[in-house]
Amino acid sequence: MYEFLTGPMVWLSFGIFFTGLIARAVIYIRGLDWRLDRVTYSENLSYGVKGALRSIILWLFPFGTHSWRNNPGFTILVFALHIGLLFTPIFILGHNILLRERWGFSLWTIPEGLADTLTVVVILSVIFLFLRRIALPEVRMMTTAQDYMLLLIAAAPFVTGFIAHHGASHYNFWIIAHIISGEILLIAIPFTKLSHFILFFLSRAQLGMDFGIKRGGMKSKGIAW
Amino acid sequence: MPEGILCNTKPVSTKEQLQALLADKSGKQYYEEMNHLDVDRAKLWSSIQKTCKSRIRTWLEICSHCGLCAESCFYYIANKRDPKQVPSYKIQSTLGEIIKRKGNVDNAFMQMVMDTAYSKCTCCNRCAVYCPFGIDTGVMFSYVRGLLFAQGFTPWEMKIGSGMHRIYRAQMDITTEDWVDTCEWMAEEYEDDWPGLKIPIDVENADIIYTVNAREPKHYPEDLAEAAILFRVAGENWTVPSEGWEETSLAMFAGDWEGCKLQVESVYAAMERLKPKRMVVTECGHAYRATVIEGPYWAGLKTGKTPVETLHYVEWVAEALRTGKLKIDPAKKIKEPVTYQDSCNYVRNAGLGEAAREIMGYIAEDFREMTPNREHNFCCGGGGGLNGIGRYRAQRNIGLKVKRDQILKTGAKLVVSPCHNCWDAIRDLEEVYKIGIRWTFLKPLLIEMIEVPEHLKPKEE
Repeated sequence: MYEFLTGPMVWLSFGIFFTGLIARAVIYIRGLDWRLDRVTYSENLSYGVKGALRSIILWLFPFGTHSWRNNPGFTILVFALHIGLLFTPIFILGHNILLRERWGFSLWTIPEGLADTLTVVVILSVIFLFLRRIALPEVRMMTTAQDYMLLLIAAAPFVTGFIAHHGASHYNFWIIAHIISGEILLIAIPFTKLSHFILFFLSRAQLGMDFGIKRGGMKSKGIAW
Repeated sequence: MPEGILCNTKPVSTKEQLQALLADKSGKQYYEEMNHLDVDRAKLWSSIQKTCKSRIRTWLEICSHCGLCAESCFYYIANKRDPKQVPSYKIQSTLGEIIKRKGNVDNAFMQMVMDTAYSKCTCCNRCAVYCPFGIDTGVMFSYVRGLLFAQGFTPWEMKIGSGMHRIYRAQMDITTEDWVDTCEWMAEEYEDDWPGLKIPIDVENADIIYTVNAREPKHYPEDLAEAAILFRVAGENWTVPSEGWEETSLAMFAGDWEGCKLQVESVYAAMERLKPKRMVVTECGHAYRATVIEGPYWAGLKTGKTPVETLHYVEWVAEALRTGKLKIDPAKKIKEPVTYQDSCNYVRNAGLGEAAREIMGYIAEDFREMTPNREHNFCCGGGGGLNGIGRYRAQRNIGLKVKRDQILKTGAKLVVSPCHNCWDAIRDLEEVYKIGIRWTFLKPLLIEMIEVPEHLKPKEE
């Protein structure tokens, strides 16, 4: 079981994750249409690139935009969650030991204490985002079962990993649950709203080009996001 | 009844059809017929498959329902934070649902979509500035209006407006002759006070071709005279085209994309014919948006730009003040507190916020910004054609509260509003809420303030 999950299933999960994301990006870009979208993407490329970069970069910083600044609590939760989600699995010691065993190389690693902190941060962020969905009427109204499910899918590898590492008993059960939930997360990304892993950048770039080329970017410093 | 006599899927293309629609007071028969209109589901779905591509599909799909767009929408604020006014909810429950059902929706659903697309969204695009994923619900509702138009679910006034453009190449029934006569009449009318005043028609190779909003010749012809006076004082070599003078586009509000194309092509044809160096557009927001920002795309111009460079009126005024073509008499600057209404269409959606500040710097001693302002400003409440739609008057009036409160907070009693829609909405909000404000375009203000060279003044007899 363990061998299968950490062998072929890892290959399959990453295979689906990467090809899925590439496919999403290709489909998105191919579906852009200068006349339907009313943006001359290629004709005014330099303005477009500037607009796209501004549109992505400012939103990548907490409090970098009006919207982030207007909602400080949400902003902190979202950034904490995403930093934890992205950094922990790549730089955690356990994954890198595995990497060295299997492929003979490993990445720079973060101290265990930091990994633990990031894990707890992810779990707490998910809990608060879950509660936020229930507490705020304007969010509750729109929230679907998929929205709750995705929060659980994102948190599951962190909860199971944390228990496997720190739990006193049932290590084998929790580590298997950890691997399976991690693989589910990887596979879910291209097929669900989690596809914003790549589509965040493309959608932001598109709107940035729209404002950069057509909606004022040629006549002003660029929109104050 | 699959198609009504007045309410149907065919755009208005003859004067008789237009007259029949106009004769139906408040669209009573029109809306009654709408209750029986069939939805052509196959056409709806095939149109979506052809025109709803990755941008909109992705917006609908990745929206994480976080609710950050809620506070960005003036309707949400004006309607006591009703969750049903959250932009994401509004679009997911309309366009999102149509796509989910593959176009399989009924008459009642389409009417709900029409009511949402017109009375809950003015396509001001403010939510786009606040969404982390860059989802522009205003763009999507504009797209939805196009789907609705093709199915005959369009507010009565918008159907008329689109028909006007198709027949007269103007949003009102003004013929070429009416227009030319109005120009000549206004020049004569003001000639006593402004000797030699002319509104030059169809002059080739002028520095400026000036284009307007049909309401000006129809309802406020003095606006044309004021434009002529300011061009004369500034020493501009300018002209108006006898055809292709109309910048506005009710067709855009109606989602009549073919009508939009016909309209802007008439303006571009005037540019080609008269070969002016630049075009200046009157003090209107959606006119500029339609003809300058969106128009080139409707006409299929690959540059995304109008055939000649175009300035909104605020850009021309800012330039004229900066270069000294127009000089303000310091004694006549506005002394009282004054605020400025940023039009969504040429500020948020065309980047002209700075020109407005530059002008206010020249003309006002106590300029007070609304909060928020520039590209973050709230819609006046009357955008997207809403001012003109009787069916949604109550919803429009509720929406005006946000602008009312913004103006009140500035403490100013005078609002400069170089946009016909905003101007109307502010006039109406005064009528509804009586907060004791005045509102004005730039032209009449400037005429009171500019220094007039001696040779342009009337000779004493």
